[in-house]
Amino acid sequence: MSTTTGAPASGAFRVCPTTGLKVHRDADALIKANAVVATVALLVGGLAAILVLLTRWQAVHLLDEVWFYRVLTIHGMNMLIFFILFFEMAVLYFASAVLLNSRVAAPRVGWVAFALMVLGAGMVEWTMFAGKADVLFTSYVPLRAHPLFYLGVILFAVGALVVVSIFFATLVVAKNERTYEGSVPLVTFGAITAAIIAVITLVHGAAIYIPTFLWSLDLMPMDAEVYRMVWWGLGHSSQQINVAAMVAIWYLLGALTVGAVVVNEKISRTAFVLYILFISMASAHHLLVDPGFGPAWKIVNTSYFMYMAVLASMLHGFTVPAGVELGMRLRGFTQGVFGWLRRAPWGDPGFSALVLSVVVFGFVGGITGVTFGTEQINIIAHNTLRIPGHFHATVVSGTAMAFMGITYYVIPLIFRKRVAFYGMARWQPYVFAVGMLIFSMAMTFAGTFGVPRRHWDITFTNAPFDVAYSPAVDLMIGVMAVGGLLAALGGGMYILVTVWSVFFGKPLGEDCTDAALAGSVPPGVYARPFLELPEEDVAVEVHGRLGTMPGTMVLVLVFLAAFVLYYFANWKLLSFVWRVG
Amino acid sequence: MYTTGITPQKGVWWKPAHKSEKVWFTIAFAWCMVLFAMMPFWHLRGGQNPSGTRSRVDPAAYRTRVQEFVQQYQVATDNGIPVVAPPAGSDIYLQGQMWMWLPVLQLEEGSEYTLHLSSVDVNHGFNLYPFNINFQVVPGYDYALRVTPTEAGDFRVVCNEFCGVLHHTMVGRIIVRERGSSAVAALLGSDVDKGGDR
Ligand code: HEM
Ligand SMILES: [Cu+2]
Ligand SMILES: [Cu+2]
Repeated sequence: MSTTTGAPASGAFRVCPTTGLKVHRDADALIKANAVVATVALLVGGLAAILVLLTRWQAVHLLDEVWFYRVLTIHGMNMLIFFILFFEMAVLYFASAVLLNSRVAAPRVGWVAFALMVLGAGMVEWTMFAGKADVLFTSYVPLRAHPLFYLGVILFAVGALVVVSIFFATLVVAKNERTYEGSVPLVTFGAITAAIIAVITLVHGAAIYIPTFLWSLDLMPMDAEVYRMVWWGLGHSSQQINVAAMVAIWYLLGALTVGAVVVNEKISRTAFVLYILFISMASAHHLLVDPGFGPAWKIVNTSYFMYMAVLASMLHGFTVPAGVELGMRLRGFTQGVFGWLRRAPWGDPGFSALVLSVVVFGFVGGITGVTFGTEQINIIAHNTLRIPGHFHATVVSGTAMAFMGITYYVIPLIFRKRVAFYGMARWQPYVFAVGMLIFSMAMTFAGTFGVPRRHWDITFTNAPFDVAYSPAVDLMIGVMAVGGLLAALGGGMYILVTVWSVFFGKPLGEDCTDAALAGSVPPGVYARPFLELPEEDVAVEVHGRLGTMPGTMVLVLVFLAAFVLYYFANWKLLSFVWRVG
Repeated sequence: MYTTGITPQKGVWWKPAHKSEKVWFTIAFAWCMVLFAMMPFWHLRGGQNPSGTRSRVDPAAYRTRVQEFVQQYQVATDNGIPVVAPPAGSDIYLQGQMWMWLPVLQLEEGSEYTLHLSSVDVNHGFNLYPFNINFQVVPGYDYALRVTPTEAGDFRVVCNEFCGVLHHTMVGRIIVRERGSSAVAALLGSDVDKGGDR
C-alpha cells in the first residue's frame, strides 16, 4: 500500500519500516548525495563567512585585502550557488519521487548530472582558491577571471538543468504509472513552480556565461551593461527559485510538524503561478541606478508589472500561517486568538525553523527588499550594506533556515537515522535565526549611513581623502559582528548535527513506538501531527471581525503596518538628499 | 474536508476562497497598487529620480572629454588630483578609474549641474558621503544626471562597486561652496594647494 494515496487527512508519513513511506532506492541515494555535497558547500561558505565577517569588523580586520575579496568570492559562490542549488536538487527529487511515491525517471542520468555539477563546482573552487577568479560571484565584466571559472559555472548549470528535466520526467512517470490519484499535492506544485523558473533562469545563465566564457578567451567582445542585465536575469530569477522552493517547504513543514491544512488550494496555487508569470522581469531591481535603462522600463520591470510577485508572496505569507492556525483549530486548539500558537510544538526544530523563516523572511527580508527595489529609493540603498543586510534576511534567514528545518525530517525519513545531539538540534533554529536577525538588521542600519558593501577598509587609511562615518556605524558593525558570529555558531551546530547523524547516527531501528523515538527525532515524525483530522469539517468558531483565522489576521495586519511605516520612512529619507534627476 | 500540502487533490480544487483570504487579498492588492503608483508619482512631484540622460560613450572619448574639462576649469590641485571649478549650470564630468575619481569638483550650493558619470575601465560605484546617494558607473555608458547640491560642505565620493584589489582606496572629493562666494575663497578654508601644478 502506498501511504500518499489514501493517506489520512494529515497526509503524514509513517516512519516505521512496515507501514513506511516507500522511498525508491535511486531517489534515496540521489537525495543523499546532493544533500551531502550541499552541506560541504555550506561548510566551506560558512568558514569563509567567518573570515569575511572578522575582516569587515574593523576592530579585528583579519584578512589582507587580496584575501578578503578572494574569500568574499568564495563565500558568495559556495553559499548562494553551490549550497542552495545542491540542496534544491535534493528537494526536486523529494517533491517528485518521494511525495508522489514514484521511481525516479532515468536515475543514471541523474548521476551523470550530479557528476557534472560536482565537476563544475570543483573547477570554480580551484580557480577561486588559486586566486584566478577574484571577481566576486557577480563577475561583472570587464573584471576577468580564468576561463575555467566560467566553464565551471556552465557545467554546473547544465547539470542542474538535467536534474530539472529528470524532475519533469518523473512527474510524467508518476502520472502514467498512477502512483497517486488526482492532482499533485501543493508542495509538489510549488516545486514545479521552482523548476519552471529554474528553466528560465538557466536559459539566462547560458545566455550570459557562454558569451562570457568566449570573451575570457578573447573570442568575442562583451558590453558591461548588457552583461549586468543578462547576468541579473540569471541572478535574480535564481532568487525566485529559492523563494518558490522555500514556500513549498513552508507548506511541507507545516504539514509535517502540526498537520497544517491548505485553507484554499486555488489561492495557494494561483500565488505560485504568479511567481512564474512575472519572474523574467526581475533583473531590473539591480539596475535601477544604472545608465543603461530609462524610467519606464525600470518602473514596469522592478515592480514585476505592478508588484504581482510581491502580491504572491503576501498571499503565501497569509496562507502558510493560516493553514497552521486552521489545522490546529480543527484539532481542538481553539482557545482565544493565539491559543494555537501557545500550544504549538516550539521544541520541534522543524516547527521553529518554519516560524522563524516565515517571520524573518517577511518582516525583514520582504519589507526591505520591496523598499530598496523601488526605483527612486534604490538611490539611497544601491551597493550599500543595506543590500547584503536585505538578502541575508531573505535567502539566509528565509531559504537556508527552511532548508535546515526540513533536514531534521529528512534525516529520519530519508536517511532513516536518528537525529544526533537532538537537544542541540532543538536550539539550532533559534541560535541561527536570532543571530541572522541581529546581523542583517545591524548591517541594514549601517548601510543607511552609506557604508559600502564589498569593502575591505571603511576607515579608508590609504585613500587620498578622509572619510569618517558616524560613531553609530562602529557600533552597528560591532553588533553585526556579534550577530554574525552567533549565526555562524548556529550554522556550525547544524552541520555538526546533520553530519554526525548521517555518518555516525543511530539507525531508527524496528521499534517505532513513541517511547523508542521520543527525544531522538522531531515529534512530527512519530506522534502524528496532533491526531488525524476529523472526517467531517467541524465548525470552527468565528472571532467577530477577525474571522476563522483571527491570529493570522492580526499577524498580517501587524506586518502590513511595519511595511507601510518602513516604506514611507524611506521616501522621507530620500527627500532629504540632493535634488537629482 | 481540509487536506495538507502533501496530499494529492482528488477532484476539483478550484473552490471559492475563504472569506479571510479574500479580505487579505484585497488589502494586499491595494497595497501593491500604492507601491506601484508611488514611482510615477515621484517622477512628477519628487526631487530625486535616477532618470538622467543616458547614452553610449567610448571610454577613450570620455577620457578625452574629461581632460578637456579639467584644462578648461582647473583652479588647484589636491593630493595630486586636479580641482576644477566649473560655472554654475554647466555640464560637469567625473571619471571613475582604477582606483581614483577624477577630478575634484568644486560646485556652488543651490545651482543645478549636469553631472556626467562614466568609467574608463571596469564598473565603479558612485556613493556621495555623507549623503547616501548612489549610482552605478559603467564603462561605455555616460550617465548624465541633473544634480543640485542643496547645501554647502566638503563631500566625498566613495567607490562602492568592487573594482579590483585597491577598490577601498578609491575616494574622490566634491566641494560645495556657499552661494555667491568665490571659488578661491572657498579653497582657502580647505586643505587644497591653491594655484596647483597645472
Ligand atoms: C553563517 C552565517 C553568515 C554570515 C556570518 C555571513 C556573513 C557575510 C558577510 C560579512 C558578507 C560580506 C558583506 C560585504 O562585505 O559586502 C556576506 C556576503 C554575502 N553572503 Fe553571507 N553570511 C552568512 C551566510 C550566508 C548564506 C547562508 C548565504 C547564502 C545562502 C550567504 C550569501 C552571501 C552573499 C551572496 C554575499 C555577497 C557576496 C558579494 O557581495 O559578493 N551568506 N556574508
Ligand atoms: Cu534581486
Ligand atoms: Cu572603483
